[in-house]
Amino acid sequence: MADEDKSPRPASDPVAFKRDLTGVIPHLRAFARGLCGRPDLADDLVQETLLKAWAAQERFEPGTSMRAWTFVILRNAYLTDMRRNRFRADYDETVAERILVAPAAQEGPMHLSDMHRALLTLPPERREALLLVGAGGFSYEEAAQICGCAVGTIKSRVGRARAALSQMIESGQIPRRSTADAVAHSAIMGELDRTVLTGHQNDPVLTDKD
Amino acid sequence: MNPGNPRRKGGKPQSPEWADGLKRLYDSVVDEPLPDSFAKLLDQLDDPSHG
Repeated sequence: MADEDKSPRPASDPVAFKRDLTGVIPHLRAFARGLCGRPDLADDLVQETLLKAWAAQERFEPGTSMRAWTFVILRNAYLTDMRRNRFRADYDETVAERILVAPAAQEGPMHLSDMHRALLTLPPERREALLLVGAGGFSYEEAAQICGCAVGTIKSRVGRARAALSQMIESGQIPRRSTADAVAHSAIMGELDRTVLTGHQNDPVLTDKD
Repeated sequence: MNPGNPRRKGGKPQSPEWADGLKRLYDSVVDEPLPDSFAKLLDQLDDPSHG
């Protein structure tokens, strides 16, 4: 007798898996963008994640959260890339440092790009914790599972990240360009592209796409 | 009820005002249309000659 009422789908149903995987792509993109800052590299990271998830689909337990499962894969891919120095130095350090010397000189509402710049100044593990809990809507417990650490560690990281952002914002130290955000943003990205191209001419990951 | 209240349970009752910005930042990416490259990649997954 089939046990269909308890199990919504067979353990390895590629069609269902692919449907669920497709459904989480927007979230993977948002998480990746928050982590690494650059939209193009974030999407590369998501594509890498999708391929790895597809290859590992038999390890996915139906009925559990596809989003949490794929976030773990994405996070691991990100950390691997970080260790290879693929984008950390280019964005998180160089640019974050530079934009920090341009403190908020304007009143007015905070733009999303301000938020993103502020976020990118946080240490990666706090940024990731805040992204998962504060933006992705994961519980502390889920975030701890994704990051492979204790719940208390996540709480601490989120708390420190919140405190840092609050302090940055309250003291007017939002890393904000003095010109219009969109213009500044594209300028930053343009400089980054040049930096990356200069620094990674021999990196096939960055240069073999057309 | 606070209409801007995050869905997350167990969060601090009063979030800093930028907390909503963080969610909007995330949601703004979630709401973006997917680049074509993703459709191509998904098609490749079904191709038995791939991988």
